[in-house]
Amino acid sequence: MLRKVLYIDLSRGESWSIERQDLFDEWLGGTGVGIRLLMEECPEGADPLSPAAPIILSIGPLNGLFPVATKAVATFKSPLTSELGESYAGGRLHLAMRFAGHEAIVIRGRAQGPSYISISGGKVLIKDATSIWGVDAQTAGMILREHEPGMGRRSIIRIGPAGEALVRFAGVVVDTYRHFGRLGLGATFGSKNLKAVVVSGTERAEVPDARRYREVYNRLYAKTVQTDAMEKYHDIGTSVNINVLNWLKGLPTKNFQLTSFSEAEKISGEVFADKYLFRRLSCAGCPIGCVHIAALKTAFSPHHEFEVRKVSYDFEPIYSLGSNLGVSSAEGVLQLIDVCERMGLDVISAGVVLSWATEAYERDMITPQETLGVPLQWNNVQGYISALEKIVKAPNEFYAALARGAEFASARYGGQDFAMTLGGNEVAGYHTGPASMLGQLVGVRHSHLDNAGYSIDQKAAKKQLSPEEMVDEIIKEDNSRGVFNSLVGCLFARGVYTEENIIDALGAVGIAKTGEDLHLLGKKIFDEKYKFKTREGFDLSRARLPGRFFKTVSTLGKVTPETMEEMLRIYRKKRGWS
Amino acid sequence: MGGAAVESAAGDAKETQAVQAATSEKARGEKPKKRRRLKVAHPERCIGCLGCMFACSRINTGTASLQDSAIKIQTRGGIEGDFVVVVCRGCENPPCVRACPSGALERKEDGRVVFHKELCTGCGKCEEACLIGAISLGKDGKAIKCKHCGACVAFCPHDVLELEEVPA
Ligand code: SF4
Ligand code: SF4
Ligand code: SF4
Repeated sequence: MLRKVLYIDLSRGESWSIERQDLFDEWLGGTGVGIRLLMEECPEGADPLSPAAPIILSIGPLNGLFPVATKAVATFKSPLTSELGESYAGGRLHLAMRFAGHEAIVIRGRAQGPSYISISGGKVLIKDATSIWGVDAQTAGMILREHEPGMGRRSIIRIGPAGEALVRFAGVVVDTYRHFGRLGLGATFGSKNLKAVVVSGTERAEVPDARRYREVYNRLYAKTVQTDAMEKYHDIGTSVNINVLNWLKGLPTKNFQLTSFSEAEKISGEVFADKYLFRRLSCAGCPIGCVHIAALKTAFSPHHEFEVRKVSYDFEPIYSLGSNLGVSSAEGVLQLIDVCERMGLDVISAGVVLSWATEAYERDMITPQETLGVPLQWNNVQGYISALEKIVKAPNEFYAALARGAEFASARYGGQDFAMTLGGNEVAGYHTGPASMLGQLVGVRHSHLDNAGYSIDQKAAKKQLSPEEMVDEIIKEDNSRGVFNSLVGCLFARGVYTEENIIDALGAVGIAKTGEDLHLLGKKIFDEKYKFKTREGFDLSRARLPGRFFKTVSTLGKVTPETMEEMLRIYRKKRGWS
Repeated sequence: MGGAAVESAAGDAKETQAVQAATSEKARGEKPKKRRRLKVAHPERCIGCLGCMFACSRINTGTASLQDSAIKIQTRGGIEGDFVVVVCRGCENPPCVRACPSGALERKEDGRVVFHKELCTGCGKCEEACLIGAISLGKDGKAIKCKHCGACVAFCPHDVLELEEVPA
């Protein structure tokens, strides 16, 4: 396997590829290679929407070769937080990159006009995208499918109007129903006049010893399908958590004013599965099929004429656009997800921005003049749809502020206490306790998936954990996920990829690593990311914890500021940052 | 479901007749000849994981490759659309064999088609002859032909594929 980096310079219209075995030897792949390349490429203090800010797409040594190693990672400077941007997507991109022969792709500069990049094996073309600029993300995908080679083995990633309009929490739609959702990669694409990237290839991935490869593969495959390691993702999917968290008093409702939603039953994973689910899909290389697709049937005339839209759903969007906005119907949630999908908006940020705005509107911090007459009220789905459309069009200062995220809008209009962001990123659907809060605050990309604090809280609900034990778990996850995300595996399969199995799988593709090597690498990747974060101005000692977190009861009861301070102190000490 | 009708109703009817014929042969005390054949039993259950394609290339070529897999999962209208499972249906009178000018594809007496890679010139005539698109040229320019080995069946998590026995 040649381990190459493909460089594409949009300003100069050039591309070239460089063999960088040393880079992959040192940083393994995926997020390790991603952060290293970001350090190399991104000048200190660069405006994230300027041509100087790069986009890095990378995969790891197991992609295309082992089950559930199904992700690609994007690394960039976040237009939302102005520091580390990192986002993961499933679908087919990881495969397409593997078979195109590029483990990492660096995109620099800015194209003169609307463009898209077509990568077919070693051939890279920068093509005119004028005719699809302004077109929604779904349609743009359909059009490119008709024009580009590689049916059945290609990946098409593209932005919608939100990315073009530089909405700071615009995402990139990957193939269909998958996304580089978080932290604003869509705006970075838009700033580069980049509508889409299409990747395909016909390389094969060779292994040194086919027998050993098959042996390890079979073992990991069996563990994936035969054990309960992934059971919860099979059936109802992640949205099973709506009822679970509601019952545990951890489901953020109406902008975290409550942690259980009286109407949760109506938007539970069970309701979606029974009434709307019509198919499940998989990312290429995963036998689980966790992607749940609902059919949203709406009448457009009184004469039994319907339009049917196919909308994918998950726990997070049902929280952010459902309970968090007081939306009490599955149809309402699906409509809002569908709007985000077409516009190309990150669903979590979109929901949390709207929930902040709803509360600010309720408290008269925002006037109807500012909302241009749109009623921002809990459960008012039509109001939310037009607000989302206006966020993308930014017709006035208020909507332009919303398009910059809840942190920015609340700094401008007030209500920071209930602007639910951590590290500038709108938070995920958990108010389970201090580990979830701390986890997202200290996490490298301020995501619940950095260290799964929410699951540490849930563990603590069953068996008491001291603040120190919680911090230890967070640090352990922070570091070990750096390794897993370098492979790049789906986090749902982290139970399958024990350290032993990772070592075996790497061995089968000719990479010798010990447990000790992996530990050191995990720590090193974390440190490198923090180096970037601090360089770009992130300061943990000044990070804001919205007061709302302390007022609303969590799964572990009310969290006090003192607990958080103590945990932060322990965290800093253990990281050697005191 | 377009090309998913790899197992057409007509084919099934023919097959039933063949099975009946074989059973009556058995009744006459003759030992029936059987061959194994891959069947796309439930194409509509496919979740697009490509497990079958990777199984085929992994087990038959020792690499991970989409190009070198004898079974192909295609999407019609993108992933919002339907998956189509394209694979050899083990024709009774295989046109690929008839089209092959170099004898690389050979029909055995029991109905199996064997592929002699060393004879394949990569002319692509078999590819043109198979309407289903089940035979194609792989990375090295030679035909990739399903052996009906069943390796993919074990890696399909959704019971789309089955290995059946059919009369020779
Ligand atoms: S490859 Fe040959 S035997 Fe198989 S379906 Fe096509 S024509 Fe029939
Ligand atoms: S039966 Fe064997 S040769 Fe045919 S597609 Fe499946 S794995 Fe490949
Ligand atoms: S293994 Fe089964 S479910 Fe997966 S792509 Fe193949 S036929 Fe479809």
